[in-house]
Amino acid sequence: MKIRLRNLLLGLGAMLALAAPAAAQPAPTTITPALIEAAKKEGKVVWYTAVDVKVAEQLAKAFEAKFPGVKVQVERSGAERVFQRIGQEYASNIAAVDVVDSSDAAHFVYWKREGWLQPVVPEDVAKHYAPAYKDPGGLFAAWRINLSVIAYNTQQVKPEEAPKSFADLLDPKWAGKIVKAHPGYSGTILTSTFQISRDIGWSFFEKLAQQRIMQVQSSVDPPNKVASGERAVMADGNEYNVALLKAQKAPIELVYPAEGTPLVIGPAGVMKRAPNQNAAKLFYTWLFTVEGQQYLIDIGSLRSAHPGIKVPAGQKPLSEIKLMKDDAEAVDKQAEEIKARYTRLFKT
Amino acid sequence: MTAETIVTPSAARRARILGGFDASLLVLSAAAVLLVLLIGLPVGWLFYYALTDRTGAPTLANFVALASDPALREPMLTTLTLCFCVAIAAPAVASPLAWLVARTDLPARRTIRALMTASFVTPPFLGAIAWEILAAPNSGILNQLWRGLTGSPDPLLDIYSLPGLVFVISCYTAPFAFVLVSNALDRIPADLEDAAGILGAGRWRTVLTITVPLVVPAILAGALIAFLQAMTLFGSPAILALPAGFHTITTKIFALFQFPPKPQLAAAAALPLLVVTVVLLMVQSRLLGRRGYTVVSGKSGDPRLIRLGAFRIPALLLVLAILALPLFLPYTALLKAAISTYPGAPFVPEAMTLKHLRFVFLEFSQTQKAFWNTVVLALSTATLGTLLALFISYLTARRAIPGSKTLEFLATAPVAIPGIVLGVGLFLAYARPPLALYGTLWILLLAFLTIELPAAFQQLRSSFRAVHPELEEASRILGAGRLKTLARITAPLLKSGVVAAWCFVFIGVVRELSAAIMLFTSDTKVLSVVIYDLNESGDLGAIAVLGTAMLLITFAVVGFANWITGVGSGVRLRGG
Repeated sequence: MKIRLRNLLLGLGAMLALAAPAAAQPAPTTITPALIEAAKKEGKVVWYTAVDVKVAEQLAKAFEAKFPGVKVQVERSGAERVFQRIGQEYASNIAAVDVVDSSDAAHFVYWKREGWLQPVVPEDVAKHYAPAYKDPGGLFAAWRINLSVIAYNTQQVKPEEAPKSFADLLDPKWAGKIVKAHPGYSGTILTSTFQISRDIGWSFFEKLAQQRIMQVQSSVDPPNKVASGERAVMADGNEYNVALLKAQKAPIELVYPAEGTPLVIGPAGVMKRAPNQNAAKLFYTWLFTVEGQQYLIDIGSLRSAHPGIKVPAGQKPLSEIKLMKDDAEAVDKQAEEIKARYTRLFKT
Repeated sequence: MTAETIVTPSAARRARILGGFDASLLVLSAAAVLLVLLIGLPVGWLFYYALTDRTGAPTLANFVALASDPALREPMLTTLTLCFCVAIAAPAVASPLAWLVARTDLPARRTIRALMTASFVTPPFLGAIAWEILAAPNSGILNQLWRGLTGSPDPLLDIYSLPGLVFVISCYTAPFAFVLVSNALDRIPADLEDAAGILGAGRWRTVLTITVPLVVPAILAGALIAFLQAMTLFGSPAILALPAGFHTITTKIFALFQFPPKPQLAAAAALPLLVVTVVLLMVQSRLLGRRGYTVVSGKSGDPRLIRLGAFRIPALLLVLAILALPLFLPYTALLKAAISTYPGAPFVPEAMTLKHLRFVFLEFSQTQKAFWNTVVLALSTATLGTLLALFISYLTARRAIPGSKTLEFLATAPVAIPGIVLGVGLFLAYARPPLALYGTLWILLLAFLTIELPAAFQQLRSSFRAVHPELEEASRILGAGRLKTLARITAPLLKSGVVAAWCFVFIGVVRELSAAIMLFTSDTKVLSVVIYDLNESGDLGAIAVLGTAMLLITFAVVGFANWITGVGSGVRLRGG
């Protein structure tokens, strides 16, 4: 994120200067009675999201309880499908989506380039978020932080035998026992595939493809497959789903790979053509408040860029984990090549 | 396809008389325009895209890529293998079953028909998900039982494989063959079998020489439908083939629409399917075209049942064992998933929960809307589709107007178009002014009408064929007009066929995923899409609850339709 923003600032410096009034950080949005009233008149907000559907629905319920009269319509699918859908709808002149988030930060690079986002800066983002976690033009901000981790089934694998690194996954003993998600459907996996291929090299995936892996779509799914015992180990998948399953006493344990854990920053933003402008601003602003972010952490076991958030007990702080670097610009440029290369290797 | 056989001298005479009819041309053009809008438009777009490049310049490069790129060629070969296996497996199981139910004194025949309907109502993608729970190589319930019993480290079944996919698709296409064959068996009049008996043939010889030849067309039709279903289904392969590491042509087409979309390649990949289907339909027509199958005429006797004797109970057990595959086992698995805390949780009280029920009916904001959209679309498609099919099948079966062969082809053509491709075609056709229908339920209605028309048309055409024109002619000779004859003679004879067609379409719409997945927007989501989205992230509990609710609703509607029209007591799918 840091690299990307530096590039952005350098590259877009001239443009920012030219379009100064429009592109400058807009005044922060606060939740005022007037905004709430206006949102109530609209009655609903349509939220396209890639977060786990149960987490999304519970967040929506919490919001509806706080602001009665404003319904949240949750539209959940994998980030890459959300992206495809918005493209398809906008190409047909259908503006249905108000607020969107993605686990593939590159989508926001694309939407920004297309001019589909509008600048909205929630008060909390303006006051508390580090520059690395927000767009300088105020078009989006890091709504959630997720890690793609390795995990294993504790009934099938002893802790001392569990893989400690990506390299360990290439051990022949794991052949036929690994599940992994697909970069063509999941933004998290597209991002992690990019980071792993950059830091470790494509040779890792070439060898992994020889391990007879079980291929699923969303990064939500591998933890399910490990918990159910369908596969002993997952090569990638959401840290937060592993945590949620552990909380339900499922036999699953996570591993932060020695080479570094792929870091997936999931931004959110408001569409310029949002049909429910005020409800969109209200919901979006609320998502970044301490309350909204804390829900995300407490319900969803996710991570937040808000410094005012308490890290829940049992969650290892980000500062203690070796992380891979996020680079949305590069993902935006390479997405098509990554997907094509992946498809060639894994034949799916 | 066997329309030639209808041309009796009286039919030809009638055609001549009607040839001078002014209205007929008008009627034909109206029907033709409608069908062209429904079918010609998306197919036209398909050809256009397959033969152009990104800039719109004509090219054959898409077909070159199709033949040379193994990532495109392999799915094609896989799909063909899949289709042939399903086309053999589905009728091979369904035909004996249909014979047992229709022509023998097997106990609980009515219940078995109803159960067969239930497996018909089950969407293949839901069946695939249920079979994942049962036969995933490690966590599958059946495999765990097997390991527990034998101590073997290897799984008994692996659903994530081509045979696994063949099995699941066969489970849910066999009911098509069953309905076709059992209806054909119902229609065979006793006179023919009696004649064989009088001439000295034994019971089994009669079955072999009279009954079987008369249902061969139905068995072939069943094989054809199974083949086409296997070719065009999207849900089951999407669920089972991806984990297994291969693509079928429909999942490949879907993948080609991932960003950045490649509609040209997708269209080119769809055209071979169209060609294969047309060839198959021609072969079927060649095989059956010589014979006539008009068996319901002025005089008819009820078919006689064959006594199974000592085989009654073993036969019943066999039938129940077969029904366990599409029905008892999967729904047990789904019910277990519906109350388990996490996938694969042990079946103990501590690991049971109502949270999935609560989630689906109280928290999940999609549930209500999806149910509503699905029911509205299914009801309206079933009603409009049946009317349209009735109209076209009357025109074609009675050759009331010239050009009916073309109509017949148009009404059958959509079977050849995978829903996912049709979805793309409709999207391209109706996403722009003047008919900007994308984003409304109308575009889904159009898609479903097109997809379901062939099923309704085939059903009603065979009903019309089975009613000999001599009955209508008798009415006309006695002074009744055309309309009065239709109302008094034809309609009552067709009633059960009409109800069956309506139910076919209703169920078909509820099962439909492949076109809906291309055409839905947030306000026009249907249940199948919601379930697909949930499956993407492996939310088995919610899927199980939604799927079971969906089955109950479909069953209730189909049962009600049969009851209100007095066609059958209890849920039954059968034709004239």
